[in-house]
Amino acid sequence: MSSLPILSLIVFAPWIGALLLALFGRNLGANARRALGLVFSGSTLVLALVVVGLFNPAAAGYQFGESHAWITTLNVNYRLGLDGLSLLLVLLTGIVSPLCLMASWRIERDTHTFGALFLLLQGAALGVFLALDFFHWFLFWELTLVPAFFLIKLWGGPGATRAAYQFVIYTLAGGAFMLLGFAALYVATGTLDFAELTRLAATGGLAPKLAALGGFWPTAVFVGVFLGLAVKVPLFPFHTWLPSAYAEAPTGASMFLTGVMSKMGVYGFLRILWPLFPAQLHAAAPCLLWLALGGVVLGAFAAMKQTDLKRMVAYSSINHLSYCLLALFAVASATKPDAAASALSGTLLQMFNHGLSAAALFACVGILEARSGGLRGLNDFGGVRTVAPLFAGLCGVAMFSSLGLPGLNGFVGEFLIFSGVFGLAPWAAAVACLGLLATALFLLTFWQRVFHGPVGAGVAAFRDLDRVEILTLLPFAILMFLFGVLPQIVIILFNPLVTTWAAHLP
Amino acid sequence: MYFPASHLWIIPALPLVAAAIGALVPRSGRALASGAAIASMVAAFFVSCLALHTALADPAAHAAHNFAWFDVGSGAMRLGWLLDPLTAFMCVMVTFVSSLIFIFSLGYMKEDANFKQFFCFLSLFAAAMLGLLVANSLLLLFICWELVGLASYLLIGFWFHKPSAAAAAKKAFITTRIGDLGFLIGLLWLYDSTGSLLFFDGGHGVLEAATLTALTGKTLVCCGLTVSTAIGLLIFCGAVGKSGQFPLHVWLPDAMEGPTPVSALIHAATMVAAGVFLIARVYPLMSADQVLANVPLHALTVVAFIGAITALLGACIAVAQNDIKRILAFSTVSQLGYMMLALGVGSWTAAIFHLLTHAFFKALLFLGAGSVIHAAHHEQDIRRLGGLGAKMKITFATFAIGMMALSGVPFLFSGFWSKEGILHAAHEWDVSHLPLYAGLAAVVLTAFYMTRLMAETFFGKSRSHESGHAHENSAVMTVPLVLLAACAILLSLLAWPSPWLQHQLDPSAHSEPGGISLMVLSIVLVAVGIGSGWAIYGRKPRATEASPDPLETAAPDIIAALAARLGFDELYAATVGRLNSGFASLADFMERWIWGGAVTLLARFGEFTGVVNRETDENTLNGGFDSVSHQIRGTGRAYSRAQTGDAHGYMRFIALGFVVLMLFVMLGGSR
Repeated sequence: MSSLPILSLIVFAPWIGALLLALFGRNLGANARRALGLVFSGSTLVLALVVVGLFNPAAAGYQFGESHAWITTLNVNYRLGLDGLSLLLVLLTGIVSPLCLMASWRIERDTHTFGALFLLLQGAALGVFLALDFFHWFLFWELTLVPAFFLIKLWGGPGATRAAYQFVIYTLAGGAFMLLGFAALYVATGTLDFAELTRLAATGGLAPKLAALGGFWPTAVFVGVFLGLAVKVPLFPFHTWLPSAYAEAPTGASMFLTGVMSKMGVYGFLRILWPLFPAQLHAAAPCLLWLALGGVVLGAFAAMKQTDLKRMVAYSSINHLSYCLLALFAVASATKPDAAASALSGTLLQMFNHGLSAAALFACVGILEARSGGLRGLNDFGGVRTVAPLFAGLCGVAMFSSLGLPGLNGFVGEFLIFSGVFGLAPWAAAVACLGLLATALFLLTFWQRVFHGPVGAGVAAFRDLDRVEILTLLPFAILMFLFGVLPQIVIILFNPLVTTWAAHLP
Repeated sequence: MYFPASHLWIIPALPLVAAAIGALVPRSGRALASGAAIASMVAAFFVSCLALHTALADPAAHAAHNFAWFDVGSGAMRLGWLLDPLTAFMCVMVTFVSSLIFIFSLGYMKEDANFKQFFCFLSLFAAAMLGLLVANSLLLLFICWELVGLASYLLIGFWFHKPSAAAAAKKAFITTRIGDLGFLIGLLWLYDSTGSLLFFDGGHGVLEAATLTALTGKTLVCCGLTVSTAIGLLIFCGAVGKSGQFPLHVWLPDAMEGPTPVSALIHAATMVAAGVFLIARVYPLMSADQVLANVPLHALTVVAFIGAITALLGACIAVAQNDIKRILAFSTVSQLGYMMLALGVGSWTAAIFHLLTHAFFKALLFLGAGSVIHAAHHEQDIRRLGGLGAKMKITFATFAIGMMALSGVPFLFSGFWSKEGILHAAHEWDVSHLPLYAGLAAVVLTAFYMTRLMAETFFGKSRSHESGHAHENSAVMTVPLVLLAACAILLSLLAWPSPWLQHQLDPSAHSEPGGISLMVLSIVLVAVGIGSGWAIYGRKPRATEASPDPLETAAPDIIAALAARLGFDELYAATVGRLNSGFASLADFMERWIWGGAVTLLARFGEFTGVVNRETDENTLNGGFDSVSHQIRGTGRAYSRAQTGDAHGYMRFIALGFVVLMLFVMLGGSR
């Protein structure tokens, strides 16, 4: 098996699709373009499942490694590898991406360009999850911005241009700090290899090398990398680009942004910041806990005030991702292996589950928009459940999944996070409960206004889901039940890794 | 026949399958959905009876079967099933009452377009409720606890096109979730301090002696409470929400927006009693601090007082309600208060006995109310009913039995015995007699408001067109009433002549028969309640719907306040609601102006820098550069004038240059 570079295949298959669409898409019919995009987007899921089959869950290290010398003068190697964390996110990308394209089926304008940009985005995101050398990791990281920018700007809503610029400039600015940080790291250590740097950090060699450049460098590099990641997740209060970007993007792009791209930041925290700068993170953790709590509580309460449904789901994303960061910072702040294992498992599971539930909710809002000619106000509907019971049922599953109802996927992750955080910082867990309550409040209000009550003006003519829409939402619903009842099928992929992390806490 | 605990999952799985069938069949599959639901429930009843048979063979054994759900780090999160008399009695009750209510619904919901969905939701509820009962893990119990909440939400809002139903469903979910957050924190705390959530686990479970001793051994620095007290009180928060206890009782009366079978099953007999069951289940934990004398507070003391307040409050408010279902709803609140009171004063077996008897007679009363409402074309206001006793004889007779059981009419009715057990336990409690007095006051009120309800509904003359044309319902609705009425009487046998049930639930407890004087007192109080109710409402029945209520004329302010439910909803809207929306506005404001503002400020600063930069470039740096280039350009232009393209002209200049050069060389050479 070592002969087949399966990880490279995972990363570049969508790009091949993008290339084909860009070159030959013009000559194809609209449905053929969409089908071509879907096939190449679906390649990720197929390959990810192959990898799951060959993956050895008991091993905590990188598997399926690929390493080639690239720029020898800079000691840059093309290096890919995969552990439980990467596999989880590759799997998530494989599930969510084709469904994003399904949700974009109704886009009529320049379908081949849309498909090509989307596949470009998908490949770049996969590159982030698999690259093990900062050089091309950062290339992939920044490359996601280009297609995302055009997807938002060209296919987005009325405020799309402004939102797209804000998104790109904000994220680029964060990325610049990170680049500076890594430049300093390179100067100090002469390598950009994650595994090598992690080893250095674990043996305590990294901080002295950085300190040799000057006393403030260890902190400065930490802050730089931190800023880049914090904007990406986003960590409160670096989140202001998010609501407008998510709200103005076309449905498929919103789904991908929240489902996959928001995980890149958390991935960076877990892969880079925490292993490389454990001491600095530990020192900053008490403050960072407050920021994560701010995201949990204020995100949920701000969502309550939104009348634009996409902005509401966007704020709920801030709330959900803040749980991940809350758990991570709690782990960094205290040493207690059992609770840490629980919190970290919860973080990983929450990333996966939020990817499903938030993407599904955006798909549902997209369906409402398609029915009403672009309306997506909280008060623009009413009684949708009467005219479209199937849609109401599937959207209800997504809503309750997002709300953390037991039996659906969201619960287990949140429970693990809360139980871990309670062991590490009890007061933080107690305050975060407010977020749970507020989430229930705004989601049920959304449900009440849109789906319940008398049939609203304009809603009476709504039809229930068509076949493409059923095929978009049904997989989400099935997976929500599946992972809610049998979380072990996901947990088994990363549990040994998490156990190792928890056991080697600094 | 022996029934192993490892097979207990069958009981909740049966209705779960029925729910799946109900969800998947098309809307026209009414017979299949309802048939599957009823068949699964009857089957679950027989399995539960088997389980009860096994459990009673050895009542003190807590037969548990545990299994791993998923891995966490090097350990695993384990769940399990538990078979003991408490679980088994509850399962038998729930499956029996559910079966009858399902059958009743066949008639009640016949005309509803979403008939099959109704049975799907009912089955989902039954599955979650039974899962809650058989759980051997606080986590599994919590999961099912949330799922019964979901079923309750779906069924309260079953007529979702009515805004009031949609609002009531949301209110129920949110209010109970407030309590559930306390429950969740308690659960997390318990897990953190014991490393397990299993009730019984071969000596390591959270309800077993070793763990409890460890928990009572730890004391909180801040307030001197033991950890077990704090955890117990947090778990109790969940019970307060679910069981409609003061101060979270406000959702339960609104939940009457759901179809009446739902009110009977979920909001009277089973789900709302889940809070009582929860406290009974974790009773060893709740009472662990009783062995300590020098703690500031015992968890059960709080339970007793909350229960007493709720019992009295619910009974008071019920007196002034006019909606037949609201009266019963507040009665449920009050009766649940009794159960909590019993738990608090130390007799969990009395609480469970009352839970069981109450489930039968309150389901009977709600179904009777349903029968009335169905016959009277959805008229629910008792002022507009009247004279139904002659028209609906079976409903009248069975409702009367239910009413007497609830009021505690002596000897023949099960409610008398179970209430007696609670009052006796309250009398024995050595902390305070206030709960006893509250309980006794509620006895009078209960008898009074039930007599009022009977008199207004079934006696006198019909006071509206709807009730005038009412007639008895079909057998599918009356047979469940008759069976439940029979149970309301026969359950007396569980307590008389000997307290058999309580002994089975807790073989270790030695219960001596209650004092005769207390029994006589409560009988007198029941007589007072019924007598005064009859004197005020029965002897001279109301003539028209508009005629004044005698109590209202006597004490208008008090009745108005009670009719308005003492303003709890308004109070909460003005405090919690206002606070909540204020906080949301604050969060939104900070989004727009502080965090957003900071970014805008940064962007403006960037823009400003850009402008400054450009101005500097244009006017200072570029100024010099520009003038130099200007000169260069001028020179260039001058030179370019020489480029005429005329070959002769070029030749001339070349010749001239040649001459000048020659002269220069020659002159220079001569020098």
